[in-house]
Amino acid sequence: MTSTPTTRTSRAEAQATGAAGDTVIRARGLRMNYGSAEVLRGVDFTARRGEVVALLGPNGAGKTTTVEILEGFRKRSAGDVEVLGADPEHGGEDWRAGLGVVLQSWRDHGRWRVRDLLHHFGRFYAPYSTPGRVRPHDTDDLLARVGLAEHADQRINKLSGGQRRRLDVAIGLVGRPEVLFLDEPTAGFDPRARRDFHDLVHDIVDSDDTTVLLTTHDLDEAEKLADRILVLAGGAIVADGSVEQLSALVERDSEVSWSVDGRRQVHTTDSPARHVAELYAEHGEDLTDLRVSRASLEDVYMELVRRHESGDADEAAHEFAKGIR
Amino acid sequence: MTNARSNAVRAGAARGLLEFRGTFTNPTDLFGYLYMPVLFVVLGFFLAGEEVDGAATNYGAVTYSGGLVLMLLMLGTLAVAQVLAAEREDGTFLRAKALPHGMLGYGVAKAVHLLSMSAVAMAIIVVPGLFVVEGFGPRGWVGAVTLVWVCALGLLAVAPIGAVLGALISNPRAVGLMMIPIMALVMLSGVLFPLELLPDWVLTAARVTPVYWLGLGVRAGTLPADYAALELAGSWQLPVVAAVLAAWAVVGSLVALRVLRRMARRESGSRVQAAREKAMRRVL
Repeated sequence: MTSTPTTRTSRAEAQATGAAGDTVIRARGLRMNYGSAEVLRGVDFTARRGEVVALLGPNGAGKTTTVEILEGFRKRSAGDVEVLGADPEHGGEDWRAGLGVVLQSWRDHGRWRVRDLLHHFGRFYAPYSTPGRVRPHDTDDLLARVGLAEHADQRINKLSGGQRRRLDVAIGLVGRPEVLFLDEPTAGFDPRARRDFHDLVHDIVDSDDTTVLLTTHDLDEAEKLADRILVLAGGAIVADGSVEQLSALVERDSEVSWSVDGRRQVHTTDSPARHVAELYAEHGEDLTDLRVSRASLEDVYMELVRRHESGDADEAAHEFAKGIR
Repeated sequence: MTNARSNAVRAGAARGLLEFRGTFTNPTDLFGYLYMPVLFVVLGFFLAGEEVDGAATNYGAVTYSGGLVLMLLMLGTLAVAQVLAAEREDGTFLRAKALPHGMLGYGVAKAVHLLSMSAVAMAIIVVPGLFVVEGFGPRGWVGAVTLVWVCALGLLAVAPIGAVLGALISNPRAVGLMMIPIMALVMLSGVLFPLELLPDWVLTAARVTPVYWLGLGVRAGTLPADYAALELAGSWQLPVVAAVLAAWAVVGSLVALRVLRRMARRESGSRVQAAREKAMRRVL
C-alpha cells in the first residue's frame, strides 16, 4: 500500500473509538430498469462513517446509475436505499446539505471567476453550520487546498481541464459534506494531478470523517484510495472487501520467484508459504531474491470481468460473494 | 428551516446581480439587447411622416410602441427559454440542484437577472424614443405609471411561457426557431400595425393572447389619449388589460412550476453528460 500511514492509523483509531461505526449509506435489493433493460438487478452494500469505498466495474455496469440514485438525482425501480438516514428520493433540502457531489463540469459558469463561484455555492451551506462542523469552508483556504489559490481571480473558461476538475472537487467539498460522491474523479488527470488528488481525499476524510463513494476505472486509484472495494458486474455487487480480501480470493494463483546460484526460477502455487518453507529446507542460505506476489486487484478484477463477459456472470457473482462472506 | 430558505433567496439575489453586471462585460450579450432598440429608432424616425387618421400621432410612434412590446416579449420568452435550455445542457442547472435550496436560489437569480435586464432594455428603448420619435412617450405621470405596471405585469405574463419552452426544448440552438411563432403572434396581435387590416376571426383569436393586451397597455402608456378611439373597443380598457395579464401570469406560473419541477427531477449528471456528447457531435 502506498497511501500515507498516518491516514490509516488515525482512521483505525476513529474506528476503535466507535465513532466510525455507524452506517451512512445502505442499499438493499436496489434495482433499476430502463424500459425492458435491467441495469441493476439487486445491489446490496453499506458504507460506514469515514469510510472510502470504491465502486469498480466495466462500462455500462451501472456505476453512475447507482451513484445518481444515492445522490437523489434518479428514481430507482425497486429496493431500499438510505443515505444519512433518509431515502434519497424524499431527502429534502436539509438532507442535501450533508451531501457533496462532484459533478463533471463542462462549460458551465464559464464567465464566473473561480473565487466568486466557490463563495456563491458556499453561501447555501451557512445555515447548516454547527460548532462541530463549521460550514461552509473558507473559500480561499479551500482553493489553496485544491491547489487553485493562484487562479482564484481567473475566469473559469480560462482554466485548464485539470484545474476545472479541481474546482469541481472544491465545489463538492465546500459545504463540508458528511458524504461525498465522486463519479470518475480523476478522468483526464496527469499522474501528478492524480497524486495530489489522492492526498486531498485522504486529507478530507481524515479531518472531516467524511464518507466517500467513488466510481473509477482505475484499479490503481481504487487500491490507493479505498478502504473497501465493490465490484459491480451484471447488475449486482459481485465482490465486496478490502484489496487484501479480494486478493485472497485468488491466492491459489500466487507466484513465488527466487534465485539459486544466480539462476532465476518462478513457480505458481496455491500454498506459497509451504512452497517457501520447502525451498528453504532444500537450499538454505543459497536461496536469494525471494519474492511472493499475490494476485493483484487487477488480476481479481480481470478474472471477474472475464467470467462475466463469457456469460458466467451469475456463477461468478455467486462464487465471489461466497468467498467474501 | 426558514433561515435556510431566506439565506438561499439572498444568495440567489446576489447571483442575479452578479450575472446582471456580467452581461455588460460581454459584447455578444450586449448586442442582443441593443440591436432592437436601434432598429426601432430608425423605423420610428422614417415612419414619423405618416400621420394616423383620427389621432394626433403618426405611424412612427405606433410602430415604436410595438417595438417596446416586441422587446418585452423577446426577453420574456426567447431569452428565458434560451437561458434555461443552455444552462440545463451545460450543467449550471444541475449544480443548483446539488445545493440545499439551490433551486430556490437559482430561480431567484434568474428572476432578478430578467427583471433588471428588462428594466435596462426598457430604458434603452424608451429614452431615445422620447427624443427621436415624434409623438411617442408617456403623457405625464399617469402615462408613465401605466407604462411601468403594464410592462412589469406583461413580463410576468409571458415569462412562464418562456420557462415552459426552455424546459421542454432540450437543444438550446433550437430555441431560435421559436422566433417564427412569436413573430406570427406579434403580427396577429396588432402590435406592429393596426388590426383593422386583419380578418375577424384573427381579431377574436388575438384577444385571447397576452400579447394583444400587452400591446394595448403599452399604447395606453405611450400614445396620445385620442388614439384610444382607434382601438377595437374604442378605449384603452386598462382594467381588462390588468385582469387578462394577471390571469396569464397566475395560470402560467402554476403550469411553469409544474413543468420546471418535473424537469428538475429528471436532471442528473449522466443527462448532462449525454447532452455534452450530443453537442460535441454537432460541432464535429
